[in-house]
Amino acid sequence: MIKINDFSKSFTIHHLNQTREAVSGVTFDVKKGEFLGIVGESGSGKSTILKSIYGTYKPTTGAVTYASESFGDVDLHSITDRALIQLRTKEIGYVSQFLKVMPRTTTLELVINSMLEMGIDKDTAAVKAKETLRHFDIPEALWHNYPNTFSGGEKLRLNIACAVVKNPRLLLLDEPTASLDEKSKLKVRETISKLIDNGTTLIGIFHDLEFMDGLCTKVYDMNTKSLEERAV
Amino acid sequence: MPNNDEVVLSLRDFSKKFGSGCDYCQNPDAELQKNMCPECHTVYAVRNASLDLYKGEILGIVGESGSGKSTLMKTLYFDQEATGGEYILHEDDTVDGNVFNVSSQKKRQIRNEQLGMVYQNPIQGLKMDFSSVTNIAEKLIASGNRNVGQMTKRADHFLEKVNIALSRKYEAPKNFSGGMQQRVQIAKALSNYPPILLLDEVTTGLDLSVQADVLELIKEIQRDMGVSMIVVSHDLAIIRMLCDRTMVMLDGRVIEHGITDQILEDPQHKYTQQLVYSIL
Repeated sequence: MIKINDFSKSFTIHHLNQTREAVSGVTFDVKKGEFLGIVGESGSGKSTILKSIYGTYKPTTGAVTYASESFGDVDLHSITDRALIQLRTKEIGYVSQFLKVMPRTTTLELVINSMLEMGIDKDTAAVKAKETLRHFDIPEALWHNYPNTFSGGEKLRLNIACAVVKNPRLLLLDEPTASLDEKSKLKVRETISKLIDNGTTLIGIFHDLEFMDGLCTKVYDMNTKSLEERAV
Repeated sequence: MPNNDEVVLSLRDFSKKFGSGCDYCQNPDAELQKNMCPECHTVYAVRNASLDLYKGEILGIVGESGSGKSTLMKTLYFDQEATGGEYILHEDDTVDGNVFNVSSQKKRQIRNEQLGMVYQNPIQGLKMDFSSVTNIAEKLIASGNRNVGQMTKRADHFLEKVNIALSRKYEAPKNFSGGMQQRVQIAKALSNYPPILLLDEVTTGLDLSVQADVLELIKEIQRDMGVSMIVVSHDLAIIRMLCDRTMVMLDGRVIEHGITDQILEDPQHKYTQQLVYSIL
C-alpha cells in the first residue's frame, strides 16, 4: 500500500546558509493490513519519514508511492495539493503528539467536525462521535468542554479518536502513547488491534518497544536501515 | 484527479502596476528594487499572480505589508482595475471568458450576486450612519431583492448568526465596537449567499474572544454553506486554523504555495522561513 524508495530529506536553512540532512537511504514497503513500527533514537528521522508520507515534508530524493482507492497508484509528492487534501480527508489519517484545535470548539464538536469534512451527515456523525468518545473513556462530563483544558493523556486520546472516527485506510501514528498511563495505553492498544482486524494499514513510531510487541507485523530500524518481519 | 473537485475562481498572470512601465520592466523576469522598477520607478503592486480557488475551500494569502495581498483582493472585488491578466468565474454562465474585460455594469452585477467582501477596516464595508439592517438591505437591494419583509427577515437571520443582538439591529454601526462592526460586515457580505467570500485581515485588531467568535463563524459558513473563501492575514495561527492551502506573497509576487502545513512546517523560500520562524 505504501512504498518508499531510497528516500532522503534535507532541510535548507537559508539564514544559516546550511543544508542539513535529516534522513537518507530509507527503503521499505507496507502491504495492506500490515502494521509497520519505526524504531530509532530521537533525532534519527522517524517523524521526518512519517511527515513525508503525510505530505507535510517534500522528500529531497526518492518517491513515496501510495496505492490509493480513489486514484490508484500515486506518488504522494507529484499529485496536486487538492488531490492530497482529498486523500487526507478520506484515506490517510495522522495522529500527532500534539492536539491542535479551533478555539472554543467543544470536544464533541471537534470529533463531529472531523466527520463532517468527509461529507457524513450531522446525525450519523453525532452518533458515531459519541460512540468513539465513549470507547476512548473520555467522560461524558467533558464532552462539552474545550479540549485545551484536558490533561495530556485525554488530549492524546481525543487526537486518536478524531483520526480513528474517520475510518482511514492508512493511519500514521506519531508516538501515540508518549504520555499515556498504562490503562490508556491498553485502550490505544485495543483500538489498534481493532483497526488491524478491520484491515487498516498502520505505520507508527513508538518509543515504547514493549507496546509494539504482538502488534507490529514489521519493524523498520533507523540505525541499521533494515526492515524485519515480526510474527504476531 | 478528483472528479468532484471544481474550480470556482481562477486568476492567471494578474498584474497591477502604478506607473507607465518601460522597456526594462515590461519583461516579466526583470529584477526590480523590491517592487519598483529601477529605471522608470513604476510600482508593481502585484506581478504575474495566478491562483485557483476550489469549491468550499479556504485559501490563505500571507505576506508582509505592501506585498500586494490587499491589492489582489480589491481587484478581485473590482475596487481596483487590473493592469493585466485573466479572471475567470467558472460558475457564472452569463460571462464568457475574462471577467476583467466585462462592462462596469456587469462587474457590479457579479460583485452583488457572486462575491462578498469583508474589509480590514469596517468603514470600507459599511455605511456607518445607517442601521445594520439598512446596511444589509443595501446589499440585498443591489442583488435584486425588493421585498422589505423578506429582507428584514434575512437581515435578522444573519445578524443572529454573527451574534448581534436583534434589539440593536436598527442602530447605526458607528455606535458599535470594532468587533461588532466587523461582524455586521460579515453578516452583510453573507446576506445574499455569495458563493465566494473575500476576507481581508478580518480579525486584525479584534480581542481574542471576538476573534474566536469570528473564526468559528468562518468555519461554520464553510461547512454549512459550502462557501469558497480567500483569506488574507498576517497572523499565521489564523491561517493554520482556517486554510486548506496557502500562498505566500512578497513584493507583489507569489513566491510559494502549498498545503498549509507544508508551508508552515517545511517552508522552502528564504522569506517564508523567516516568516515561519517569527511565529510566537
